Amino acid sequence: MANTELKSNEPTGPIEDRWRLHKQNSDLVAPHNRRKRTVIIVGSGLAGGAAAATMGELGYKVKCFCFQDSPRRAHSIAAQGGINAAKNYQNDGDSVYRLFYDTVKGGDFRSRESNVYRLAELSVNIIDQAVSQGVPFAREYGGLLANRSFGGALVSRTFYARGQTGQQLLLGAYSALARQIEAGTVEMFPRHSMQDLIVHEGKARGIVTRNLINGKVEAHIADVVILATGGYGNVFFLSTNAMGSNCTAIWQAHKRGAFFANPCYTQIHPTCIPRSGEYQSKLTLMSESLRNDGRVWVPRNKEDVTKDPKKIPEEDRYYYLEERYPKFGNLVPRDVASRNAMYVCDDGLGVGPELDGERRAVYLDFKSAIERLGEDTIRERYGNLFEMYERITGDDPYKTPMMIYPATHYTMGGLWVDYNLQSTIDGLFVGGEANFSDHGANRLGASALMQGLADGYFVLPFTVGDYLGRNRLKDQAPLEQDDKAVTDAVAGVEAKLKALANAPEPTHSPDYFHKKLGNIIWKYCGMARTAEGLKKAIEEIPKLREQFHREVKVTGDTDGFNQTLVKAARVADFLELGELMCIDALAREESCGGHFREEHVIDMEAKRDDEHFQHVAAWEHQGEPSAAALHKEPLEFEYVKPTQRSYK
Amino acid sequence: MKTKNLTLHVWRQRGPNDSGDFERYVAKDVNEHMSFLEMLDVVNEDLLENGDEPIAFDHDCREGICGMCGVVVNGYAHGPQERTTACQLHMRQIFELGWDELWIEPWRATSFPVIKDLAVDRGAFDRIIQAGGYISIRTGSARDANETPIPKDVSDAAMDAAECIGCGACVAACPNASASLFTAAKISHLGLLPQGQAERTDRVRKMVGQMDHEGFGSCTNHGECEKACPKGISIDWIARMNRDLLKAMTTSADDIEERD
Amino acid sequence: MERALTLTKTTIGKKAIMALSGVAMLGFVVGHLAGNLKVFSGPEAFNEYAVWLRTVPALLWGTRLVLLAAVAAHMASAFSLWSRNRGARKNRYAKKKDLATDYAAKTMYWSGPILLFYILFHLLHLTFGGMIWTDGAALFGFEGYTWAHSNPYNNMVIGFTHWPVVVPYVLGVCALGIHLFHGIWSAFQSMGANHPRYNHLRRDLAIALAVFLTLGFLSIPAAAMMGWIEPTTQTFYYPELEPAPVTVP
Repeated sequence: MANTELKSNEPTGPIEDRWRLHKQNSDLVAPHNRRKRTVIIVGSGLAGGAAAATMGELGYKVKCFCFQDSPRRAHSIAAQGGINAAKNYQNDGDSVYRLFYDTVKGGDFRSRESNVYRLAELSVNIIDQAVSQGVPFAREYGGLLANRSFGGALVSRTFYARGQTGQQLLLGAYSALARQIEAGTVEMFPRHSMQDLIVHEGKARGIVTRNLINGKVEAHIADVVILATGGYGNVFFLSTNAMGSNCTAIWQAHKRGAFFANPCYTQIHPTCIPRSGEYQSKLTLMSESLRNDGRVWVPRNKEDVTKDPKKIPEEDRYYYLEERYPKFGNLVPRDVASRNAMYVCDDGLGVGPELDGERRAVYLDFKSAIERLGEDTIRERYGNLFEMYERITGDDPYKTPMMIYPATHYTMGGLWVDYNLQSTIDGLFVGGEANFSDHGANRLGASALMQGLADGYFVLPFTVGDYLGRNRLKDQAPLEQDDKAVTDAVAGVEAKLKALANAPEPTHSPDYFHKKLGNIIWKYCGMARTAEGLKKAIEEIPKLREQFHREVKVTGDTDGFNQTLVKAARVADFLELGELMCIDALAREESCGGHFREEHVIDMEAKRDDEHFQHVAAWEHQGEPSAAALHKEPLEFEYVKPTQRSYK
Repeated sequence: MKTKNLTLHVWRQRGPNDSGDFERYVAKDVNEHMSFLEMLDVVNEDLLENGDEPIAFDHDCREGICGMCGVVVNGYAHGPQERTTACQLHMRQIFELGWDELWIEPWRATSFPVIKDLAVDRGAFDRIIQAGGYISIRTGSARDANETPIPKDVSDAAMDAAECIGCGACVAACPNASASLFTAAKISHLGLLPQGQAERTDRVRKMVGQMDHEGFGSCTNHGECEKACPKGISIDWIARMNRDLLKAMTTSADDIEERD
Repeated sequence: MERALTLTKTTIGKKAIMALSGVAMLGFVVGHLAGNLKVFSGPEAFNEYAVWLRTVPALLWGTRLVLLAAVAAHMASAFSLWSRNRGARKNRYAKKKDLATDYAAKTMYWSGPILLFYILFHLLHLTFGGMIWTDGAALFGFEGYTWAHSNPYNNMVIGFTHWPVVVPYVLGVCALGIHLFHGIWSAFQSMGANHPRYNHLRRDLAIALAVFLTLGFLSIPAAAMMGWIEPTTQTFYYPELEPAPVTVP
């Protein structure tokens, strides 16, 4: 392992000069040599797609992989709200520094300052790039770009394309990628899933994939590997992630030596449509903006939870956010809103259908807003969201209060990377949600798209070029398909898949186990965590994993299109990662951002412990998740001094 | 909460070269709040439990935006609800129509070969985009985003066209399996914007050339695609594409090559 | 092999050919109706109109050639697209619901060939009729009436009092109306003639023209059947309309 001491490799000097100087000091690859260097990119979302397009454009030989049928379907596409950029087009006092400041603070002081500053700096280039690709951002009548304020920011710096900003940005990156595929610089491998990383002489040199159509397990050899495979939110089974979102690529890389940083940092979004039954396959997010006009409540009395909400008189309604947080009311931050919804439901005041003996939903009521502003204004503001809600639930939110409940929606944790986005394995780079950097313990709204594109368009092409420049072709150990490192990896994957398809006592579907895992994680490592609960989870998960490998049932051919086998392989990895999440959550004896430990509160709010936990927790795999070794990267804050947040 | 038993006739096909057929299944206790795909999930769990192979179907985001899902239900691409993808279709819609029997088929088009059961290969769409569905701009070489003002109505129109999710319902619904709506939406999105002017002539020629090369049928102006489109993309874009192509091919000095 | 992609090789180009040739034929149909409506102005006016047509051979043959070319182009494109479209979906749906397709659009591949057959019949009846069956004993020589080259008025009016002529005519004209209902709108779309401000007019114009032409053409047999126009007893002789003498070699 080249980087076990967790050297962040961040440049020093004034923060605003760091990225510029770093680029100046980077190595370059001569144009005629670039086509001799193969770059593997796994994932075709904002980070992967943008990196593949840009590196193809630079002349590298790029191989890009995605499990979907087309790179255009990566889950970046589902982002609704927008993308932040410090353009200051609104002249409202925004600046790169302010975006940097907000992001560090929003991340609850658990991110690396240099990375965040670079992100804020690059945000402006992203907008230029996207517009020139033809991304139709919203505009004002004068023809200039429109902005809105998002997630409680004091400035309007969010660019948006209706409610489909992620889609439009992804289509921009996808079109750039398509152009390179046509030019022959990028070879695209859709419907391929990465199953293992090939490490040769300490360097990442390729991947093993399974062709999802014909089941072929193949090795692809390269000079460098980039993972941009998104987050692991589906460890909860129910989340707002796509059904296919998975942790296999990063988890297999972790098992090959890449440290996993801060796995316990997960973000729970407060306004999602609640579960309606056992069959629920995923949760749908509703824009947070709904809380601007909607009032959140539950019945004051338990006997009212099944009553028609319209018949519950005002005095029997418990507007718990307004009562508990008079200053911010319904607009408290995501984590606070989420936790409080959980508490009132824990108290038996939850509404909605009864599932597993519980009712888990709260009302989001627009009655007073409609009375105050009129139905037309509300329709104008939220019409499309109301329509979506009605399509899914069959209820008309203009007439009856919406029901909402929190759901997992982003994971801030991921593979540990240095300033160059290189993991602890030489030659393995990680971008986008798959890495841990930039967002700290909590991600601000409209900054996921920003990070993915900054990594993909502007950071990785430079830092990977620098790596290739320093690791010259003639100094690189040759690696062929028949090398033991390659054949072993392929054989390992084949054996693993064969074992999954032939469990000794096949009884239950992969989903059966996935749901069980999700329940454990949601209960013990969800919105509020306790040492006791986490210990219980750490006990239960290995048992479930053992049962899974004994009883998982897979039918159909293993050498063909087999969605059950694909699911089983993903669940196997979630069952390991879930345990590490709980281990990390247990080790982090503080509350910060998306990680809330009930033992560490001050006045019902998260209490950070900067003295002991102002660090990145990076876990090194040692055989079993339970044996993972903790490495710490201390965090220093030269520019933004840590403060405790309060919303009372 | 209403529940109901439904009879399903599902197209099962082992691979692109096999001839498929309908298999009959009973979906028991279907709940009105289930999504259509969740109903299939439950059927699949039962099949797996009994040692049978689950029905293969494509899906991913289940939010109606990724464009991965799509089946024809009783003759309707994406099912009977307007402007709704199969994943966003909920069973109450089916109940309201009083349907007890569902015929579930894959997108049927020669250019979308069946991979398995209800999953088809839409790689032809990617190749149409690769032929010219982009604005050539090097990363990092862009000018300031506000340098060229774009009238709001133009930008909004481009967004209307850009909403296409590439699901293929237009091809599935078209009596001729034509990809005109998909291709026209992308050509129009880029062709409306000032950034897209430089390549406008080449783009339309190359993309239409590729569309034809893939073997899609021609547009006969029936409008089925527009009705089936979950994003409500208008066939006005097809007229615009036609105009652009006629202009491009009658006025440009050089020819482009036909694909082999 | 590198070949240039020409307009006529594209599906859109072929549709444009269909639209343009369709417009040419539509132009003829409008003129044809305008001429035929002279039947209501009496035998003299009508017959003189027929004579006038013969006196301008450039116009007559120009029109005939353009029409012939238009029919050929229209048919060739239609056939090429039809066979392509059949190939584009080799496996049909077990169930398929039409959501936007109207009857006219759905039956274009029927109304087109029906029209073609009708036009052949129509030509045999009124254009070649005199040439082939001069003695009046053949198909369109009705009892009591002998084909008169110099009296197209009577040829038409008397024909239209006989069901074997009227029934195919009504079918043909209805097929024309239905074909135009979709065809006119479709031609705008295929030629890319659209604008959000005027788009609704395309459908309106298609309906108006289709209805006007259908009713216009139907008015003639209707009038003949109802006895509003009657055969004339007057005799006419126009050398321009009489066939050239057959010279035996």
